[in-house]
Amino acid sequence: MNPAGMIPAGTNPPVATPFFFYLLAAIMIVGGVMVITRKNAVHSAMALITTLLAQAALYLMLYAPFVAGVQIILYAGGIMVLFLFVIMLISIERAEKERQFNKQWLVGIVAAAALGGLFIAVYTTTTKGRALFPEGRMTYGETQNTQQIAALLFDRNVGQYMFAFEIASLLLLVAIIGAVVMAKKRI
Amino acid sequence: MHALLQYILSYLDSDKTPGGAGNIFWATVYILLVFAGLSVAVIAMNWLERKILAHMQVRLGPMRVGPHGLLQPIADAIKLLLKEDIIPAEADAVVFWIAPFIVVLAAFTVFVVVPFGPTHAITDMNIGILFMLGVSSLSVLGIVTAGWASNSHYPLIGALRSSAQMVSYEVAMGLAVVSVILMTSLNDQSTGTLSMIGIVQAQLAQQEWFIFKFFPLGLIGFGIFAIAMVAETNRAPFDLPEAESELTAGFHTEYSGFRWSLFFLAEYSAMIAVSSIAVTLWLGGWLRPFPNLLVGPTWDLVFLLFPGITFLLLAAMCFYNTARMPKHPLFKVQTIGLAGFGAVLGLIGLILFLPAVRIRVNDIFWFSAKVAGFMYLYIWYRGTFPRYRFDQLMKVGWKVLLPTGLALLVLTAVVGMRSELWAELQGVWRP
Repeated sequence: MNPAGMIPAGTNPPVATPFFFYLLAAIMIVGGVMVITRKNAVHSAMALITTLLAQAALYLMLYAPFVAGVQIILYAGGIMVLFLFVIMLISIERAEKERQFNKQWLVGIVAAAALGGLFIAVYTTTTKGRALFPEGRMTYGETQNTQQIAALLFDRNVGQYMFAFEIASLLLLVAIIGAVVMAKKRI
Repeated sequence: MHALLQYILSYLDSDKTPGGAGNIFWATVYILLVFAGLSVAVIAMNWLERKILAHMQVRLGPMRVGPHGLLQPIADAIKLLLKEDIIPAEADAVVFWIAPFIVVLAAFTVFVVVPFGPTHAITDMNIGILFMLGVSSLSVLGIVTAGWASNSHYPLIGALRSSAQMVSYEVAMGLAVVSVILMTSLNDQSTGTLSMIGIVQAQLAQQEWFIFKFFPLGLIGFGIFAIAMVAETNRAPFDLPEAESELTAGFHTEYSGFRWSLFFLAEYSAMIAVSSIAVTLWLGGWLRPFPNLLVGPTWDLVFLLFPGITFLLLAAMCFYNTARMPKHPLFKVQTIGLAGFGAVLGLIGLILFLPAVRIRVNDIFWFSAKVAGFMYLYIWYRGTFPRYRFDQLMKVGWKVLLPTGLALLVLTAVVGMRSELWAELQGVWRP
């Protein structure tokens, strides 16, 4: 089935092509590797921003523009700015002279290999002749993505995730209050 | 060849944006047009700001290069491009090099969704306003990295101030925007929209600009946004990141030549971008004034003639000043130049009177005119208000704008749902 199955005729050709996927995946992998190999923390942060932006582009490719927009606003625009804010105040010269070491490389390799094996296993396994991830997936046209998410959250009939959503926001509220309580000696 | 021509011509009948119709040729044309228009607008703003500020302070402003200093921005641009581009020895060269490009990219990319008219936008996204806020928030990254990479004290302090300021005011700005998005959902299907074109069409459908909606709620939301957007663009009275009396030039102290001019370009295009958000969300975007009071073919015609009249007025101003130029032989070239400029403006004005043209440019004119009003406000603020102290800035952001924004959001939701709420209170569900 055409990956853009639900998209009405007469709109743009799908952007979900293998070319874009491999391009974005390559950018993400290179960025991810640079995050851990750069000695300079600011360079690491910038590589992480690149990775996050490429991830937002992947969401766009999956016809989820709302998630992509939220990814850019929250991660690239909000969290990473705060990261940089903190990192900028660290003395970079000293950090660059420190010898980098990691005594957990053996465990790390084993964990990474196990995770990779799991991915391959999931992708190749077939149950009753059907793959877990069939070739074509139903997708909604990107013109309604935001409205679809809102319906899933809040709609009277099809909404089913409102409770989980509210619980998650309560968790964030607790974190905010906790931060204020810990930072202030006297409230 | 014929197929190519067919492809190009096929868009002309469509009622969609080039991006919506999927026409690559016209999308490229629109991108080039927006880019060129933006560059001209930044050049014009440069001259206007210096001239208006000068007149507010009872000075003459630029008068030497060209008649009334009209060629001053071009002279400045040539100077900046010819200047030596210095990268300090102790600076982080790669990050220093890349920072201005981040700022410029973020400032220009947002114009992809700015609706100059129902079809005059590069594309219309389902997440339009979210895209604009998200991408323009990326410009903080450029400013912060520029300040850090300079490896110098003033830029670092400027960058720290800028990141704190922009992150704080983004919150209040977002709350004001969300209250407008609630207003767009007041229709039969009660579905709102984030699309920039959709927001203006919602104002058209409700026959009301959102600044007047639920008076005074819309006005308060607009006020919050109008304050936050000045802080977002680091302009006076919130220009602490580049406060010249304290920090030399703030985050771009170490930049010179071309790279400095990129920061300048980004600052002004970011100002135009946030102003167009404000115009789209509260002031009816491309809609002409009084769409519901002054109706009828006569009023339609009157408002359609405005673009041409504006250009004719500008031309008349040019001719008036041509007549007032000094009669000395040294000023001969300048006098001829000013008359020629006036003639060009007058010709544009006459072209805008043609029926085929005036119908198509009317929406672009009203949008640009509203944005130009905001640009004048920016200059006015700079000429009028003293700069805030940093703790005052934070107090305004977190203790005034944020609670007001939250209250506004709740009140807008309550007023918008009042009939349903009343029905619920009575125990009867009215769908």
